[in-house]
Parts: sequence; structure tokens; C-alpha cells
Amino acid sequence: MKMTMMGNYAASWGAQLSRVQVIAAYPITPQTLIVEKLSEIVADGELDAEFIKVESEHSAMSGCIGASAAGARAYTATSAQGLALMHEMLHWAALARLPIVLTNVNRAMAPGWSIWADQNDSLSQRDTGLMHIFASSSQDILDSTVLAYKIGEQVLLPTLISFDAFFLSHTMEVVDMPPIEDVDKFLPPYNPEYKLDVNDPRSFGALTSEEHYYEFRYKMQEAMDQAINIIKKEGKEFEKLTGRYYDLIHPYRCEDADLILVTSGTIAETTNVAVDELREEGKKVGNLKIRIIRPYPKQDILNVIKNCKKIAVIDRNISCGYHGIFAQELKSALYNETNIPVWGYLAGIGGRDVKIENIKEIADDTLKSDKPEDLIWKGVKL
Amino acid sequence: MIEIRMHGRGGQGAVKASMVLAEAAFQGGKYVQAFPRFGVERRGAPVEAFTRIDDKPVQIRSQIYYPDGVIVLDPTLIEVVDVTKGLKKGGWILINSDKKPEDYDFGADYEIHTIDATKIAIENNLGSRAAPIVNTAIVGAFAKITGLVEMDAVEKGIDSAIPRMKEENKKAARQAYNYIHK
Amino acid sequence: MAIKFRTDGKEVKITGEKDMPPMAASLGLMTWNKTGSWRNLRPVIDYDKCIDCFICWKFCPEPAIIIVDERPVIDYDYCKGCMLCAEECPKDAIITEVEGK
Ligand code: SF4
Ligand code: SF4
Repeated sequence: MKMTMMGNYAASWGAQLSRVQVIAAYPITPQTLIVEKLSEIVADGELDAEFIKVESEHSAMSGCIGASAAGARAYTATSAQGLALMHEMLHWAALARLPIVLTNVNRAMAPGWSIWADQNDSLSQRDTGLMHIFASSSQDILDSTVLAYKIGEQVLLPTLISFDAFFLSHTMEVVDMPPIEDVDKFLPPYNPEYKLDVNDPRSFGALTSEEHYYEFRYKMQEAMDQAINIIKKEGKEFEKLTGRYYDLIHPYRCEDADLILVTSGTIAETTNVAVDELREEGKKVGNLKIRIIRPYPKQDILNVIKNCKKIAVIDRNISCGYHGIFAQELKSALYNETNIPVWGYLAGIGGRDVKIENIKEIADDTLKSDKPEDLIWKGVKL
Repeated sequence: MIEIRMHGRGGQGAVKASMVLAEAAFQGGKYVQAFPRFGVERRGAPVEAFTRIDDKPVQIRSQIYYPDGVIVLDPTLIEVVDVTKGLKKGGWILINSDKKPEDYDFGADYEIHTIDATKIAIENNLGSRAAPIVNTAIVGAFAKITGLVEMDAVEKGIDSAIPRMKEENKKAARQAYNYIHK
Repeated sequence: MAIKFRTDGKEVKITGEKDMPPMAASLGLMTWNKTGSWRNLRPVIDYDKCIDCFICWKFCPEPAIIIVDERPVIDYDYCKGCMLCAEECPKDAIITEVEGK
């Protein structure tokens, strides 16, 4: 059923539709509405779940770990500093192979104290072993939550679903809520082979020497590799159910493009509009939205970009001392494979608005330039 | 696509108004987006909120800089902020005011409408005399001047977006719809 | 490598790393791992001095002290010889012996 809701509530309802059994969360702006709504949903009896009020985000993830290890479907949500405080437990959740779903509202790290959109918080967790989705609409947030459990529970990996503060979290828009009966058919109850069970006791997370640790890492990587196909398979299943398809990447007008813009999050949506305008001006520009950065969709990207002449990446994040993280990742994927030049742009850091005209400028600048650059600070007032 | 900017004061419900407006348009079969200006909201300080209305899903995710119409919830704001900033030529301005449109001068580029939403709100016991809740009257006036949404969509919008005093709110919207100074 | 684990009475054979669970989890109870073999010092209860206060039972971190017929009994299969029990016993009823002597 179509209805209007804010992006934060799309996350709450995504968790409700997934019939999560344990929610352990701590409020932080701009995520607060997600857990507030979930506590209401649980109190109203619309979801049979244990809601654990914890004293920190570290404890929130710890609670989810305990719950998931016991075979429950666990959910939490956070943002920025809260995600950073979870860091240790993110490694734990991933190495313990617990398919927890964690929603992170992308918000700039402090100081300067900020509550606005920026991807540095979640990208700082890139190497913890979580699958990492960047949702770009409220519909994407809701659907990704259901999909993350379906996929994560097959490959035994936790998933981080990130989306931009305010541009999504506090923006009301139209969302199609699938009936829970349909979601139930798609997402069966979680029943892991290895779990904390008094009737079949075993130990978890014990001392592991070099004799085996290396192999656990290998198995994690193997799971990430498998996830690529499972994401596509489940994306198609989900499409049969809802008419909406979700993949690792979403190219838009890239087939004949001379220039492909590589984007993520809400900037990707605005870029689609910019691309239409650029096309009307006779410029052959396409947009490649990276929806999932872990597992990294290298082959999919290569297939899309192979015939273009130039690539410009727009990053709402920076690894200071090098450059934008999506740009780094893309370039490492292209090395040895193609010679297509890559321009790296920053935009929207700290929640600065990225307008259609900014994106068009980036496209025009790149079309004109014949010398690729790693780091271009679009619109910096210095 | 129609883009609307709402000017209000912190605590006056501009964000809610942008959402009620969006809800009414959604009930009328449109795709919508409503969001506050992303800043720090302080009570009494000027605030902005935005609504986009389109026939297809709204993909643009930046704030609104060139609105088609502007709604001013508090006429004293006109002294403080440039409510016409970026307003498209031929755009409309809807002001909550007991004055007539000709009492305002924004030049020849814009169409001015006024509605005494405060009076309507007070008559219908919406909010208090000191802080009347004018959202629904404004939405009724908006429906009339733009013709973008039918009155029954406005009423459905109120049903789903307003938790309390639904009937009073609908009445306020209808009154504004009927009495708007064109 | 052919380690045998006992899981609920079943024997599980591990023939190589590929049989491992994806996470660091044991295949069953870890009771086969008799940690008593690590012991250098051996606590021995002098039942003439013992007043059955069970402080040792409370403090044993393993826990390798069990209560049998209302008396504390050390389970040497799992007692690691940390001697916490001897330290805490209010009656000095737990004597320290050196293993293998
Ligand atoms: S602590 Fe000492 S006295 Fe108390 S039960 Fe143990 S051995 Fe006996
Ligand atoms: S020596 Fe340590 S492990 Fe052994 S019984 Fe005493 S307290 Fe327990």
C-alpha cells in the first residue's frame, strides 16, 4: 500500500516487516525517530520483539550480538559518533558471522559538531566485514532492510544500511509498503545451524590460534563473494513480489555515455535528474549509482563503464591524506582492467547541499578537461 | 513538478504544514516530498520547509531554491526575510494575513493571495489564541489558488496527517478554501 | 588432522579446515577438553578441617568444585590448579600439593 513517511520511519517499518525479534538501540540525532517509532510499534503489539534500552551504542551492538548468536533476528540503528562507538562490536558481529542488520543515518563526524549528511561515519567501518548498502530513497531503506536479512542470513554476514541525514531521514515521501504476508513468504524465520542453545551447548568465540584464524577470514571473504550472486538472485525474487529490483549498482543512461558519473546515496538520485538535463543539452552523460560497496561490485562496474571515455566520481566523504573513498575504490577496480581516466570530486561534505547545477558543473568540467585529477574540491570556499 | 517553500517561525508548525500539504497532494494521487530546511530550529526564529509535488516519483534530493510558490505563515516575517528569494517569475505568494493582497507590494512579477488563517484557526479552536495552528486553513487556501488538489483530497490528507481534532481541521480547510482572497 | 569431538553423545569427525563452522564455534560441548591437564599445583581438601561453608565452591572460576553429599569435592578433570580456593578457604582446609611429585 502506498503511503507517505519519513526515511527514518521507512527504516522502522522495514524492521517491523522483517519481524525482527530483538531491538537494542540508543538514540542519537538524526536516527532517534527510527527507534522511537520502533518502540511504539513494539508497545502497540504490532511487532513481537524484545526492545532493549541500552546505555550506549557499544552495548546496543553487543545486545544484538547476543540475540543473534541465540538465533534471534536482531536490529539496531545509529549514526555518526554512535557508529564509531560500535566499532569494536562491528568486527565482532562480522567475525562471529551474525546476520544483524544495522541502520546508520550518515552524519558528519564531530567536531565541528554537526548533524548533517556525510558518509565518513559509515565508510570508516568499511573494513569491519559488514555488507554495506547506501540507500538513496525511503523505499530503498524499507526494502533494503528486508533484503538485508534475506541475504545476510544466507551468507551469515551482518549488513550496514546507510542513508543521508535529513535528505532522507527527515524527508517525507511516498513509500509502497508491501503487505507483511508477502514479506513473510519472502523472508522465512531465521534458524541458524550454529547458535547458543542450552539443548545443544557449544562454545563461541574461543581462543583461536593462527592455526585457524586465517581460515576464518578466508571463509568471510568467500561469503562476501557468494553474496554478490545472492544479492542479485534475491533482488529478482523481491522484484517478482514487489515490482522493484535492487542490485549492487544501478546504471542510468550509461549505455552510450561518453562520461559516466559515479555516485551514491541521495546525490545519486539528484544526479539522475541532472543527467536528463545534460542529455537534453546534447551531452552524453550517464550516472552509475553504487548501491552496495561491500561486497564491492567490481565486475558489474567494469561491464557498465567499459565503453565510456571518462569517469567522474562524486564523493560525500574523504579519507584525509588521500582522497574520496568511492574514487579510491573505483580506481583500484579499474587498475589492470582499463585505461579509462578517472576524476575524483568531493561534494556535499558535512551536509552541504548538492544541487543539480553543481552536478552539471562537475560533468561539464570533466567533459572539458583532458587531465584527470584525484581530488577536486567542488565548491570549497577557499 | 511544483516546488513550494513555506516560511514560518520555529514552533509555528511550518514543517508540519509542509507535510500536511504533501499529504493532501498525495491523497490526490500525486508523488510528493516534504522536508524542513536542514538547519537548527529555534523557537521564534525564521524557519523554512519545503514541499515538492509531481506526477512521477520525485528524484531530486536537494533543497528548493527556485520555488513555484511561497507560503508565509507569519506576515511579520516579510520584514525579516526575503520571502521572494528565488521565486520563479509568475510565481505565487500565499500570506496568512488579515490584509488584502493589494496591501502587499512585491512588484509585478508575482501573484499575491492572502487568507486570514489565524482567524479561521481561532474560530475552530485550533491551537491557542497566542499560538493558533494555521496549517490546515493554509492547505485549504493552497488547494483553491493552485487547483492542484481537490478539497476531498485535502480532507483525506487531514485524516491521515493530523492525529487530533480532525473535523475542526477539515472545517478550517473548507472555510479557507471558500473565503480565500483571489 | 582428525580430531574427534563429542556432541550430545555423537562423535563428530573433523577431517580438515573445510569442515570447520564459518565462525569460531565448537562443534559441541567442550567437556572433552580436560583442562585439568594444565595443572601444576593440586588443591587437596582436608575434610577434617573443612566446615562445608562452600566459599571455595563459590570462588572456583572453572567451576571445578562440585557439591557431593553436602561436601565440596574437586573435579580434577577440570581443576586448573589456580589455587584460588585455597586462598579463599577461611579454615585453611585446602592443602597445596605439587603435581607429578
Ligand atoms: S572453603 Fe574451606 S572450609 Fe569452606 S567448604 Fe571449601 S574447603 Fe571447606
Ligand atoms: S585450584 Fe582453582 S580450579 Fe582448582 S578447584 Fe581450586 S579454585 Fe578451582
